[in-house]
Amino acid sequence: MSDKIKTNEAINAQGGAPGKAPDGKFGKGPKGRRGPAGGGKALDMSVVKRLTGFVWKYYKPGLIVVIICVIFSALSNTIASVFLQRLVDLVIIPGMDKGLQAVYADLIKVIGMMAAIYLIGVIAVFLQARIMAIITQGTLKKFRDAMFGKMETLPVRYFDTHATGDVMSTYTNDTDALRMVIGQSFPSLVQSILSIAAAFIMMLWYSVWLTLVVIAVLIIMFRITGKFGGDSTRYMIAQQRSLAAEEGFVEEMMTGQKVIKVFTHEDEAKADFELLNEQLRSDGERANIASNVLMPILHNVGNIMYVMIAFVGGVLVIVGATNFSLHGIHPISIGIIVSFLNMSRQLSQTVGQLSNQVGMIAMGLAGASRIFELIDQEPEQDNGYVTLVNAVRNEDGSLSETDRKTGLWAWKYPHSDGSIEYIELRGDVRMENVDFAYEPGKNVLHDITLYAKPGQKIAFVGSTGAGKTTITNLINRFYDIPDGKIRYDGINITKIRKPDLRHSLGMVLQEVNLFTGTVMENIRYGRLDATDEECIEAAKLANAHDFIMRLPNGYDTKLTANGSRLSQGQRQLLSIARAAVADLPVMILDEATSSIDTRTEALVQKGMDNLMAGRTVFVIAHRLSTVRNSDAIMVLEHGRIIERGIHDDLLAMKGTYYSLYTGAFELE
Amino acid sequence: MIKTILKSVREYKRASILTPVFVGLEVMLECILPFIMAMLIDGMNGETIGDILWYGIVLLVIAFASLYCGVMSGRYAATASTGFAANLRHDIFYGVQEFAFADIDKFSTSSLVTRMTTDVTNVQNAYQMIIRIAVRTPMMFLFSIIMSFTINARMALVFLCIIPFLAVALFLIMKTVMPVFKRIFKKYDALNNSVQENISGIRVVKSFVREDYEMDKFARGSEDVRKDYTYAEKIIALNMPVMNLCMFVGLLLLNYVGAKMIISSGGTELTTGELSSLLTYGIQILISVMMLSMVFVMMTVSEESARRISEVLEYSSTLTSPENGIREIADGSIEFTDVSFKYTENSKRPALSDINLRIESGQTIGIIGATGSSKTTLIQLIPRLYDVTEGSVKVGGVDVRDYDLDSLRDAVSVVLQKNVLFSGTIKENMRWGKADATDEEIEHACKLAQADEFIERKRERYDFLLDQGGSNVSGGQRQRLCIARSLLKSPKILILDDSTSAVDTRTDALIRKAFREEIPDTTKLIIAQRISSVEDADMILVMDGGRIAEKGTHDELIALGGIYHEIYVSQVSGKEAAA
Repeated sequence: MSDKIKTNEAINAQGGAPGKAPDGKFGKGPKGRRGPAGGGKALDMSVVKRLTGFVWKYYKPGLIVVIICVIFSALSNTIASVFLQRLVDLVIIPGMDKGLQAVYADLIKVIGMMAAIYLIGVIAVFLQARIMAIITQGTLKKFRDAMFGKMETLPVRYFDTHATGDVMSTYTNDTDALRMVIGQSFPSLVQSILSIAAAFIMMLWYSVWLTLVVIAVLIIMFRITGKFGGDSTRYMIAQQRSLAAEEGFVEEMMTGQKVIKVFTHEDEAKADFELLNEQLRSDGERANIASNVLMPILHNVGNIMYVMIAFVGGVLVIVGATNFSLHGIHPISIGIIVSFLNMSRQLSQTVGQLSNQVGMIAMGLAGASRIFELIDQEPEQDNGYVTLVNAVRNEDGSLSETDRKTGLWAWKYPHSDGSIEYIELRGDVRMENVDFAYEPGKNVLHDITLYAKPGQKIAFVGSTGAGKTTITNLINRFYDIPDGKIRYDGINITKIRKPDLRHSLGMVLQEVNLFTGTVMENIRYGRLDATDEECIEAAKLANAHDFIMRLPNGYDTKLTANGSRLSQGQRQLLSIARAAVADLPVMILDEATSSIDTRTEALVQKGMDNLMAGRTVFVIAHRLSTVRNSDAIMVLEHGRIIERGIHDDLLAMKGTYYSLYTGAFELE
Repeated sequence: MIKTILKSVREYKRASILTPVFVGLEVMLECILPFIMAMLIDGMNGETIGDILWYGIVLLVIAFASLYCGVMSGRYAATASTGFAANLRHDIFYGVQEFAFADIDKFSTSSLVTRMTTDVTNVQNAYQMIIRIAVRTPMMFLFSIIMSFTINARMALVFLCIIPFLAVALFLIMKTVMPVFKRIFKKYDALNNSVQENISGIRVVKSFVREDYEMDKFARGSEDVRKDYTYAEKIIALNMPVMNLCMFVGLLLLNYVGAKMIISSGGTELTTGELSSLLTYGIQILISVMMLSMVFVMMTVSEESARRISEVLEYSSTLTSPENGIREIADGSIEFTDVSFKYTENSKRPALSDINLRIESGQTIGIIGATGSSKTTLIQLIPRLYDVTEGSVKVGGVDVRDYDLDSLRDAVSVVLQKNVLFSGTIKENMRWGKADATDEEIEHACKLAQADEFIERKRERYDFLLDQGGSNVSGGQRQRLCIARSLLKSPKILILDDSTSAVDTRTDALIRKAFREEIPDTTKLIIAQRISSVEDADMILVMDGGRIAEKGTHDELIALGGIYHEIYVSQVSGKEAAA
């Protein structure tokens, strides 16, 4: 009859403890952590509507069956609770007078009827659980895919402003919370409400007086649930907060563990940790107490209700009080009271169950609203219409499109008059008077003008924050600037479709990101159809081949956790190999060799120079030896180009570049 | 494994024992309730209100007692489990503080953080579950059976027939579903891991235009998770119907047999009230069986977490301070004798071999060499961050293994390659070097490290708040702060491991000038990529493949025409033209 409640109690035994660290294992320090889910916010009906709408849209037939099943199982539970009364009134009491034989047919009839009702209930529960499994997991997959699909199209700016841990938490904590809501809370919420409604009708059917007693006790139960539920939520939030604080601290300390050792700072670290750990313990204790005591309280209020019904019922029987009920007025019977007692037990358990669901539903809806928030993010805008195509050169020197890989690329430029122009991809990049601000009013680039002719190597030097990386971020349109100031092969880059634009640019970034997979797969990331030989060739060119061969399984060595087993220099070599295999006409190297020693760098550079002969290269470097042989060196300071020229000219100018370059010698 | 983590219960042993005691009392009272209720129902047949009143009061007393026990057990369970979790975190954290460098390499940062958060939470939940539910359920089972037999032995036998069916069915369900769940957890982790990689590597994804490729990969992963998860949940979905089926069959049998018994015996062998309470006990027994199966699931789920925690707790550091180690370090002289070193026993190639070296106190030593030539490895042996595999390293004429570890590391200050600053003010970070440093001392150290000029430009000066890892100052500034922090230790030996790579050459030279003039007695070892950073050293070591390939002054090494010369040429050509 009331099997679910105990199960829920079991689940609730852990309810007070945090389900999972707020950022799981993906914590990225304490910056910008969000509050935990379900922060006591009122139920957001628009989220409920959207969520149910979403499920309804994809699983209409399934949901209809589920709802029917829920109704049937609620009905069978309620009818079952009056089973004993039927048995007592129809069989046992008459049987006492007339003997077993007389009522045997009735006994079989009642038992048979109940068996049928039970059977329907069992089948309903079975179907409901199975279909819900399909619906829940299917919906979650759709949400996950939608989130990921959207995430991939978001502008880089989004990732600048959202901490990794927060975005991750949408995939882990919020999705998990949603799973509980769809799979468990919604069906059991519907079932609870149906059961309560059905129980009330039944109770009124039997006796108005006793129903009033039940209502009085129920009001008390709801009050208690509200009080303790509120406490529990509040403490839970406090607990999540101190958990986040401790996680941030631990993450920071573990990252700096070697520094702690070097400074023999262990005792201070322990002392700081103690404070946070104690805070988390006491918050956790309070949260757990609040959720642990709710069940016994509700349970025993239910018991007290039982006694009150028995007492009031008993008095009514003995004084032979008139009973008002939906089916008329007649004296109260013991059978009625027994049924009432059973119904009251079931009712109090249903209320307990409901009180368990409230917190879970609030948490799940908060999760759902965050999931929707991610799905609703504005994707990267792309109004480009110029595309990149393989081309062949006709005899008259003009270009035409082809499906073959020719190694010759062209921009396909559809003009407004319907004609299509093919412009050879050469790697000519021009910037005219470019200003740029990440935040309005705070310009990080001022009046940048530069010309990169095909085959030139353009270098940017300058201190951290001078705006070197920002310039390259504008070329590949990670950030957009208002129209027309950057031209690529003479085409305004805002007219080029972003994927096509980026397809033409090879990027090697300072911060190396490798993906879980083999070394070979990571290199092939540059060009998915590259053969093993081509990947190895690229690795050789990047001088990565030697160290790769020394790895346990060579090119088949699996990299995990962003290649954590590799040194920073080795990771940079791999990232260069990845760009080399892509073999693109324009290359942007952003501090690509900063962690590689100068001798190896010289070798890498020789290889790259061979590869990039005739192609345009942008180089950002701290180390001046890296940029010495560039065709043009731009010295940036505070977002302005303050000097430009080739190495020798810049030295002759005896300006900033000169002092940067010769700084060490000046002192001698 | 279980034993190891249970050691952390400590002062919460009392609460851990009181919880099941109160749970037991609560269960006992709960089991008496239906019994009394039966009497109360039967009392209604009586003509007076007396019986009802009497049993009602007894019931109320029991209800309140059970309420008290329930609340107490809830409180103690909360105290015990959260306290246990706090102790576990405490023990892990303290354990990690004792780790040597080699041990830190072995456990990655993220895995240690996970162990201290998610894993501890899992164990906390399981622990609470065990001291509450795992005690409650068998007791509930036992009491209910005893009570049923007390009421009517023949009727009670009905349950005993059903229990095996239910137990076997539940066992089979769990047995099928557990391995599936284990597989799901792995796949789910991998899926989330790929999300994380995509977030941090979004620039790579976008610049290679791999959005569609990544979406395909993700969709395959999420479909995989969906399939397995649906399969597992469908099996789990059998739980409830099976449970219901057993219960309903039991109830029907009870009712059928019960009704017959009441009628044929005329209410002497069994009363209506007794039948009603038998039904309650029956449900309780079957629920206990089901709960027990859930406890097993919970325990299996947290088993992996418990294993990962005990792995850290049982781990004993590979490098410990000797008892009564020497605390006085005579001077900053360093001597390497036939040193070889491997990071792990089964490394094929030693990271260092045949190192013989003598450095006098107060000398400045430059170390240069390619990526992976073991420059860092060499200097990490001096403060005994790792132990040599063969040979010996002496500081101040004494083997480093004979020193008290803290004393040695206080005397040997290393500025690590991966500079880490901690969230807090500049001053607080500086006091890592010397806890009781005065403002003057801090300013002096920052001056030597050439950090004073940018600190003075900040409005908050030394109270400027650094973010985690010092991410709100530039790389060069971070390096200078780290050098200042190390200087505050007033070390006998100062080691800079590529610590000025982001500092411009002019400032770099100023730092070295300050070293020469202000701390002439401190032995200085400088690892660098730039020739200019090492060329004025008393001795320059050129490392190659774990060996000292060349050794001498700048002029000697240039004259030698080897690797050093090659590096020099790669960096300095063209510079003469400018000079």
